[in-house]
Amino acid sequence: MTATVTDHDNAYADLLGSDDAHWAFGHLPEIQQGEDPLAGVDTTVPAGLDPAGLAAYCLFLGDDALVMSHRLSEWCSNAPDLEDDIALANIALDLLGQARLLLSRAAAADPSVVPALPEGSPVPAEDALAFFREARDFRNVRLVEVPHGDFGHLVARLLLFATARLAAFERLTAHADPVLSAIAAKGVKELAYHRDYAARWFVTLAQGTDESRRRLLAGLTEVWPLQAELVATYDVAAETGVVLDEVLAAAGVDRPAVGPMSGHGHTEALSRMLAEMQVVARAHPLGTW
Amino acid sequence: MSEWPLYEVFVRGKRGLNHVHVGSLHAADDAMALHNARDVYTRRNEGVSIWVVRADAIAASSPDEKDPLFAPAGDKVYRHPTFYSIPDDVPHM
Amino acid sequence: MTTTVPEDVLLQQFDAVIARNDRIEPRDWMPEGYRKTLVRQVAQHAHSEIIGMQPEGNWLTRAPSLRRKAILLAKVQDEAGHGLYLYSATETLGVSRGELTEMLIEGRQKYSSIFNYPTLSFADVGTIGWLVDGAAICNQVPLCRTSYGPYGRAMIRICKEESFHQRQGYELLMTMMRGTDEQRAMVQESVDRFWWPALMMFGPPDADSPNTAQSMAWGIKRNTNDDLRQRFVDMTVPQAEALGVTLPDPELRWNEERGAHDFGQPDWDEFMQVVQGNGPCNRQRIAHRRRAHEDGAWVRDAATAFAARGTS
Ligand SMILES: [Fe+2]
Ligand SMILES: [Fe+2]
Repeated sequence: MTATVTDHDNAYADLLGSDDAHWAFGHLPEIQQGEDPLAGVDTTVPAGLDPAGLAAYCLFLGDDALVMSHRLSEWCSNAPDLEDDIALANIALDLLGQARLLLSRAAAADPSVVPALPEGSPVPAEDALAFFREARDFRNVRLVEVPHGDFGHLVARLLLFATARLAAFERLTAHADPVLSAIAAKGVKELAYHRDYAARWFVTLAQGTDESRRRLLAGLTEVWPLQAELVATYDVAAETGVVLDEVLAAAGVDRPAVGPMSGHGHTEALSRMLAEMQVVARAHPLGTW
Repeated sequence: MSEWPLYEVFVRGKRGLNHVHVGSLHAADDAMALHNARDVYTRRNEGVSIWVVRADAIAASSPDEKDPLFAPAGDKVYRHPTFYSIPDDVPHM
Repeated sequence: MTTTVPEDVLLQQFDAVIARNDRIEPRDWMPEGYRKTLVRQVAQHAHSEIIGMQPEGNWLTRAPSLRRKAILLAKVQDEAGHGLYLYSATETLGVSRGELTEMLIEGRQKYSSIFNYPTLSFADVGTIGWLVDGAAICNQVPLCRTSYGPYGRAMIRICKEESFHQRQGYELLMTMMRGTDEQRAMVQESVDRFWWPALMMFGPPDADSPNTAQSMAWGIKRNTNDDLRQRFVDMTVPQAEALGVTLPDPELRWNEERGAHDFGQPDWDEFMQVVQGNGPCNRQRIAHRRRAHEDGAWVRDAATAFAARGTS
């Protein structure tokens, strides 16, 4: 009848600085120019690590978070109820926060990954990477970029994604780059929550009504072929398999009998998504936001 | 199609304080209510501990509130939801 | 078992609570007119928060920087929270969120006219924060002292977040004004479109607002429409100057005698058209809300069925 939870994490922690000023009534904002997500952090790449390799890895991790966050943000004002609208926005915000840190980390490790902008452009590195790269230069897996379907599709995709990413982040907390390991440590708490959210809905939909089970299985079957690439890229096939089997067993669901999708690179969906995401930024390469 | 039941949410702002009522939300069960409470009421880290309880499980006594009926003890926190139908058309009760 | 207290005695007690500026709480007896007025006002307010997610949500997938994307998503998410708090306040009056949602999508209850205007550029995100959330703050801060306890408590929480909304909007516009000529033009064009609809948010002039007197007597409303509109204009003019934009009203000037700004009247015919459902986005907004609600039905049903099984 009464239940308890303690020590939750805060999805908003670094959105507007840590001060309480936004609680104050009625005075004008102090102007803060686009803060660098890594402001004040020593971004020197440790000796023995290849800066280009580190940047490429951070780009892949950052692009996955960015694209997944974008797809989740498309649910805003479209969720089954207000409580889930808020929960999905929290997850999208967590991932967007991860993307900002990781893209900034990539740019600091190897500035040559950042696309060149016109002379005098004030666009920060994280935004140059997000808004001024072509689709072919994005390193995200295909699972995160395919267009969203119904809530069953969302739950299946989020479960696969959060499970693999959490396993990878747990390992990355021991990475030789202290910046990446700190980003991973922060992300682990967030991803554990995302996985929990998805797993709970997975079981609920699987055992709810005939319709919810049918829709969940349809969504799962649709995203399953993209799972192989996901776990291979994150190199977490074993850990992921154990967790997924537990959730599938609790839900009474079998692994879909569909093979992995062949090929690599991107689907047709990514360039379309980026066309929308980048349209304003690209129209104003000298603009400041 | 039924609505999810209403839950009341209590948050303890920091250790050493009491849990205080912060609002309500809908959820199908306790587990979902806790998740929803965390998302809805602690988005800005306002609490370290959450309690949720179904609104219809709370017994209430508030002699100062002038209920039209002197109902037996153990009354509900709110006026009963099905007491009224659509407000626009409700005749004077 | 139960004893009925005569209604005139209850009314006296109710009036006494209002007279000493105390709060009415959910289990109190209240006149049916008070309850109906409250349900209408709080529901309309809740619907406005929820429908208000759409115009800004329209730019979520196109925000031009990651920081702005995060701020905008957090802001739109807040509005969902506001709607939720306010629907909860109506539950204490015996009307459920589901019933109110039905009334919204059937067009039987209204929401703020402002959200029936389109968002046509990213600058609108800033303008909405500055002017629309700003107007909402003017309307809402006094409601923290409204006579109905649950409504007032919801408003206190909401007002805190609204001030963040206004600040992020104003900050976006300030930043854009320091940018390129195109960005400055975007800001001005956006302010031109939103100024008059923002003034309409306070409702028709007092002379045409028949319910205001009763609502004020009951302590549901604390100021008249014209009072609040004046306060908003006086607050906004120096902010516009600091920003470097002009407000599109040739009659706008400081009146030394009144110690306040004179200003022109919005097009009240247009306002009536929008309120009656003929604004640029009325049908689109309701259709969006209806689709989300109906598309979510199978999910809500699934959770109900799952919970009923007690397997959780
Ligand atoms: Fe709001
Ligand atoms: Fe707002």
